[in-house]
Amino acid sequence: MDWRDDAIVLSVRPLGEANVIAEMLTAEHGRHLGLVRGGRSRRLRPLLQPSNHVHITWRARLAEHLGSMTVELIDANAAGVLDDPVALAAIESLTSMARLLPERDPHPALYRSALAVFANLDEREIWPAQLVRWELDFLGDMGFGLDLSACAATGVTDALTYVSPRSGRAVSAEAGEPYAEKLLPLPAFLRDAQVEVTANDLSSGFELTGFFLDRHIFGPQGVAMPQARERMITLLNRKKPAPA
Amino acid sequence: MIPAWPPAFLGKSFVGKQAMARGTASPEIEHLIQLLARLPGLGPRSARRAALNLVQKKEQLLEPLASALNVAKDTIVTCEVCGNIDTANPCSICTDETRDRSLICVVEEVGDLWALERAGVLRGLYHVLGGTLSPLDGIGPEDLAIGSLIERAKDPRVTEVLLALNATVEGQSTAHFISEQLQGAGVSISRLAHGVPVGGELDYLDDGTLAAAIKARKAV
Repeated sequence: MDWRDDAIVLSVRPLGEANVIAEMLTAEHGRHLGLVRGGRSRRLRPLLQPSNHVHITWRARLAEHLGSMTVELIDANAAGVLDDPVALAAIESLTSMARLLPERDPHPALYRSALAVFANLDEREIWPAQLVRWELDFLGDMGFGLDLSACAATGVTDALTYVSPRSGRAVSAEAGEPYAEKLLPLPAFLRDAQVEVTANDLSSGFELTGFFLDRHIFGPQGVAMPQARERMITLLNRKKPAPA
Repeated sequence: MIPAWPPAFLGKSFVGKQAMARGTASPEIEHLIQLLARLPGLGPRSARRAALNLVQKKEQLLEPLASALNVAKDTIVTCEVCGNIDTANPCSICTDETRDRSLICVVEEVGDLWALERAGVLRGLYHVLGGTLSPLDGIGPEDLAIGSLIERAKDPRVTEVLLALNATVEGQSTAHFISEQLQGAGVSISRLAHGVPVGGELDYLDDGTLAAAIKARKAV
């Protein structure tokens, strides 16, 4: 059996001297592995960099087999940002989280939002907010989605500025004020895509997703959050250098 | 009734091939073949050919090879300064007074150091990291020789650290991490250029290399 699909390269592991086992986040087949023959060759190694957008053909005798993949490049996202430490840390952070998705379980929305993050890696004003949204979607697809539609206490849908760390539901400014120290801040851009994103909003966004990622995903597995994520947030919080 | 094996239609030659595939050599030669087959570039068939060649040319090949392997086993050590492999510690590069001691070139593996030495384009010192940061494989900064590099960079004679790491996501992430760690060490930090290789034709280059080459274009 065989199929064709678009995919994002998540990781590659060497197999022998010439081949690799590639891990892809595909559009319609979820996180999928496959043997790429000659994956360590000069021709294929640049294609198989994490974050690259590729078109793959997967073949196997039976569906449950590992199968083999042939890969064609669509966009070399990684090559454009090799000089940018923040973007590289973002690639490592996102790909290491995506590897926790169940294998062969389709997550088309998550694939599209990951693709949007990688396609904008050279736009520092765009991709960090997209990455926060991707982390929210990731939590949702893993079964731990946050409910940011209405206040958990009063049911109002306006002026939602907090998230309850206990329930993962939004809380309005008025209802949350007495408990502000215990609640997590909800940045406005997560409710309204048109709102301008400030550095503080980004910081609050990563704090919010980081809290629930640790509680529901990494903590129960006994593993630490990706170091690359911490490095990325630290670098993002630094003042951006003026263009030369 | 159990049918006879091999069936008659396979012929007598099939029996001979089966025996060859299993290996008809003595256990000692089979052991030699198995060891050779573990080397990079050698599969079971080529290992068998190499072993046969060694056995047939005992005096010209097997004995010198065995003694060279013995000498290598007894004398080769890892240089405590740079991580190179040599018969002396510190290695011959680190003790060579004619080398430029103001430049340290950081490489991922000893093979990369050998490649640069083969090219003969660098007369500085080296530092072998022993890999790259890889969160997926659980390789963190403490698993690499980054601490010793920072210590070496504090030497007042060192003015430049050249990060000659692979142009991959992991290689460049490691390069950025090291350059951050070296801030405040008082050295200038450089990296290898990315772009069109010598003899490369644009038509055959991958998109990523072309993008890097355009980005790093120079005025002429």
